[in-house]
Amino acid sequence: MNMGRVHWLYLAPALLMLGLFLIYPTAETVRLSFYGPRSDVFVGFQNYVQAFTSQPMLIAFRNNLLWLVVFTLFTVGMGLLLAVLLDRVRYETVIKSVIFLPMAISYVAAGVIWRFMYTFRPAVAPQIGLLNAIVVAVGGNPIGWLIERPWVNNLALIAVGVWVWTGFCMVILSAAYKGIPREMLEAARIDGANEWQLFLHVTIPFLKSTLAVVTTTMIVFVLKVFDIVYVMTNGAYDTDVIANRMYNEMFYFHNYGLASAIAVILFLAIIPFLVINVRRFRAQEAVR
Amino acid sequence: MRRWRQLLKLLPVHLVVIALAAIWLTPSLGLLVSSFRPRQDLLASGWWTTLVNPSYWPRFTLDNYRDVLFRQGMGRAFLNSFIITVPTTLITLSIAALAAYALAWMNFRGRQLLLMTVIGLIVIPLQMTLIPVLRMFNALKISGTFPGVWLAHTGYGLPLMIYLLRNFFGALPRELFESAFIDGASPFTAFLRLTLPLSVPVLASAAIFQFLWVWNDLLVSLVYLGGFARVAPLTVQLSNLVGSRGQDWHLLTAAAFVSMIVPMIVFFSLQRYFVRGILAGALKG
Repeated sequence: MNMGRVHWLYLAPALLMLGLFLIYPTAETVRLSFYGPRSDVFVGFQNYVQAFTSQPMLIAFRNNLLWLVVFTLFTVGMGLLLAVLLDRVRYETVIKSVIFLPMAISYVAAGVIWRFMYTFRPAVAPQIGLLNAIVVAVGGNPIGWLIERPWVNNLALIAVGVWVWTGFCMVILSAAYKGIPREMLEAARIDGANEWQLFLHVTIPFLKSTLAVVTTTMIVFVLKVFDIVYVMTNGAYDTDVIANRMYNEMFYFHNYGLASAIAVILFLAIIPFLVINVRRFRAQEAVR
Repeated sequence: MRRWRQLLKLLPVHLVVIALAAIWLTPSLGLLVSSFRPRQDLLASGWWTTLVNPSYWPRFTLDNYRDVLFRQGMGRAFLNSFIITVPTTLITLSIAALAAYALAWMNFRGRQLLLMTVIGLIVIPLQMTLIPVLRMFNALKISGTFPGVWLAHTGYGLPLMIYLLRNFFGALPRELFESAFIDGASPFTAFLRLTLPLSVPVLASAAIFQFLWVWNDLLVSLVYLGGFARVAPLTVQLSNLVGSRGQDWHLLTAAAFVSMIVPMIVFFSLQRYFVRGILAGALKG
């Protein structure tokens, strides 16, 4: 339909909001990243140099990389495992709800739940955190889950993320798995393929594009991860991540230049996945 | 015989699935049980002892809830969460529906480009916008106020909502619109009388998505509300409690549960729509 200019009336509120809250601020943050702490002195790339060389930032980069690999591997892997296994049991819906439930909870609440799970007390006191109670019960010494650097505490935080997001991966992968034609699986079974071969040669190829979408979504999330770290450790004991560093540079140190540069770096890291998303969308549109 | 063999073959599957579900449920269960235990019990023994030892049962109490709701500010925060979330959801959906309608059913130059921009904006990290928007809010004197947060959340939620709604609107049958226009309907009538009623399921998905997203948000509220208790939503109040009463598990568990009640009700009653929204919008991170 062509109706002259009436479409702008429908688009105007959205365009105004997108411009004010996303497009203008993004451009402005890029500009600020070249200015000093108070945004008044042009400093060139100095903030970026600082961001890539300061010790706390290097730790944050390392941690984000760890998150990227471990979190993505586990959420997508467990999501896939559950999607395949749950298809075989009759109480599928109940289990799905249980695994999916943490998606509805805020990261702050999830943080409290897991801080409690990780509670650490000296060996002589009764353990009130479940994990250390198990460790002590099997004869070990209680572990400072959120304190022991650099692997234990970072992995402990990542586990919280995995607990929240596995349900998301499971739901999407399960929907795609159910789209595999049953005849295809049956035919392969009759040809003598075992379950593992079936998984490798039928399921995985069929789910390839969905796996790509889920993995992309997890990576985009993981780069921005903030709440879990903010609530559980606030970056102490070498657990900081890029997004939390940005927040701290902004609010505690009022270093707006450096905070902006960190945000830009985060954005640049996400851009490749933005490109993938737009390409995928165009391909989808082409077949519509 | 065959049934037994079938069952035996699936036994490992059952075991893995049930074990995973148990692992997933245990942390929340521990939170729930603990929130009803008095402080001294909580410090003396693990919450699981309560499950096996009935002598603890008469000591379950609602005191923790009374304390967090009336003395630790979670009651006020509960109200604030509603004041922030409900208008935001309504505003976002109205604006997104109008834009999605134009993008789905009106031909104009630059439509494709606009659509690509919206898709691209879905993944912009919030962090990219915080400082300029905060400055804008300070200049307008709306930082620390509810309208400021409504606007910010609307801006951030729009790209995904437009994308979700536009995909659905675009899939409605073309003939429907053509006959409506032949009958003399205006575009706005077609929007109100045709598009919206036909889109109730997807509007519900989008609303749940935005509602939970805003209800559970911490960063936006933290930045634009400035951490004042008067306007702080549940997430901010809860994270303040973690900071100030980090070892008072009787309070933290009850407070966390208070913050989870509404999302859990939404989840259990509207799970179908929530899943649909996730399947349609698998794009957002």
